[in-house]
Amino acid sequence: MDSYRRRRYIDKIARGACIVALLLALTPLVSLLIYVASKGLGGISLEFFTELPKPVGELGGGFANAIIGTLVLVGIATAISLPLGVLAGVYLSEFGGSTFTKIVRFSADVMSGVPSIAVGVFIYTLIVVAMRQFSAFAGGLALSIIMLPTITRTTEELIRLVPNSLREAGLALGMPKWRVIVRIVLRTGAPGIVTGVMLAIARAAGETAPLLFTALNNRFWSISLAKPIASLPVQIYTYAVSPFEDWHKQAWTAALVLVVMVLVLNIGARIITYTRGGN
Amino acid sequence: MKLLQDITTKVAAFNISRGSQNGEVNRGDRIFRFITASFAALIVLMLGAMALQMLRASAPAIREFGLGFVVSRDWDPVRDLFGALPFIFGTVVSSILALIIAVPISLGIAIYLSELSPSMVRKPLGFIVELLAAIPSVVYGLWGIFVLAPLLRDDIEPGLLPIFGGAARGFDMLAGGLILAIMVLPTITSVSREVMRAVPKTLREGALALGATRFETVYTAVLPTAYSGIIGAVILGLGRALGETMAVTMVIGNRAEISTSILDPAYTMASVIANEYTEATGDLHLAALSEIALLLFAVTVILNIAARLLVWRVKRMPSG
Repeated sequence: MDSYRRRRYIDKIARGACIVALLLALTPLVSLLIYVASKGLGGISLEFFTELPKPVGELGGGFANAIIGTLVLVGIATAISLPLGVLAGVYLSEFGGSTFTKIVRFSADVMSGVPSIAVGVFIYTLIVVAMRQFSAFAGGLALSIIMLPTITRTTEELIRLVPNSLREAGLALGMPKWRVIVRIVLRTGAPGIVTGVMLAIARAAGETAPLLFTALNNRFWSISLAKPIASLPVQIYTYAVSPFEDWHKQAWTAALVLVVMVLVLNIGARIITYTRGGN
Repeated sequence: MKLLQDITTKVAAFNISRGSQNGEVNRGDRIFRFITASFAALIVLMLGAMALQMLRASAPAIREFGLGFVVSRDWDPVRDLFGALPFIFGTVVSSILALIIAVPISLGIAIYLSELSPSMVRKPLGFIVELLAAIPSVVYGLWGIFVLAPLLRDDIEPGLLPIFGGAARGFDMLAGGLILAIMVLPTITSVSREVMRAVPKTLREGALALGATRFETVYTAVLPTAYSGIIGAVILGLGRALGETMAVTMVIGNRAEISTSILDPAYTMASVIANEYTEATGDLHLAALSEIALLLFAVTVILNIAARLLVWRVKRMPSG
């Protein structure tokens, strides 16, 4: 009986230790969110969203160019990686089974583990050197490489959930397989694909390292694809490591904007899969 | 009856209009299959292209320094001397430090969420832990500079000085390791959870039926079965830690020295690329930085392959 009590005791301790681990992990998250909210909220103003950064020494100014820049970069990245990723995902799910699909699936998983800074170096040596210029296009391309594996794998996994009976119904009506895939499978799986794209965008929007020497940064207005462009993460980095108090404040505000953006995308994606999963 | 007739004639019309015969693969299908297959192939090609391109970019440095590149401590762009050892040291030590902190915590969370917690809280708690991975690296860096580093400098490191030596700075190896630990924690947690969930239910039921407590079930049935997958999860975390750039760059102090104290500043491979790539003027300097990127790429690809294989092995187990 004594040993039984000891065993129950150990069980309780282990359970307690696990809960402590959970609390330990949540501490930095909570601290970060509180700091970003409290230090960032004060800087939220119309000026922040509509004005350009002021030169060193002048107070005020905003991040308008960086916000637009991030949208442009993510737009380019999505335009490239969405069709590539969805079609590759379709192949993996609908024509799967061969050794080739295994290699592709494996490559996509490995690719998602490649450090983003290495992606930046790759694009620099490939595009920036050839164009002799840092550019929004190069930055968008770097981000698209980061988004591609996520989109491919979520597309594959989510359109695999489309019931086979739907495919069979299409085929039974004499539709060729490709039309079944485009008209039925992709349409049914669309919400799932949207989820994958949202998660990929959330990840890409926060990436800094691959932009440092592809899109560089820009203190002025630019939406030209062939010129350097500003982005929220790079601007946050520059402002955070600067010696100016006013810049630090703006970095916190920009961080708040970025975190809200990323969280909205993540929670939105979760809600879409959750409501679908419930049905 | 009329409906059935309609369908049959329509299908026949369809087939005739496409000219397809029984058993013959539709031409549109072949084209579609080819297009999707080439996009799929593109992913494989892109990995190869990355390796080749970085190899080409680093060729001058490889020719100039050979193996000496990874064992030399001299990093002096002015004299065109490049040795990556301090950066390799910084990367390896900060990543190991991160694992030492993150692995026990991640395993605790994974065990709790997969085995011990009430099923109602599993989903929301799991989602919150995954949110840790959603926060952008640069925001962690910002938080590191203004919250973590001052906290370490003023409250924690003075107490550690007698053990490690050095000085209470806040921007040092310890800060780098801590911030990396936060960033790899969700990876290790979610992959470990996945492999634990793949452990057949019958094993758990067997242990419980023999009178094991919940924790004994975890310890005797779940963990040994999921072991190789958990190692895979840790390796995946290591891969992330090695390549993580911004947050570490912002708190690790960026000094290319090899010090025995974790309270001294250090420098990582990813950080030196981030800091010097745009300012590299000499060709050899750029090639040396590219070689560091190539090394990082190669190591993370190898780690990822190993880890995925380990995880797949567990997940392919017959469930029952």
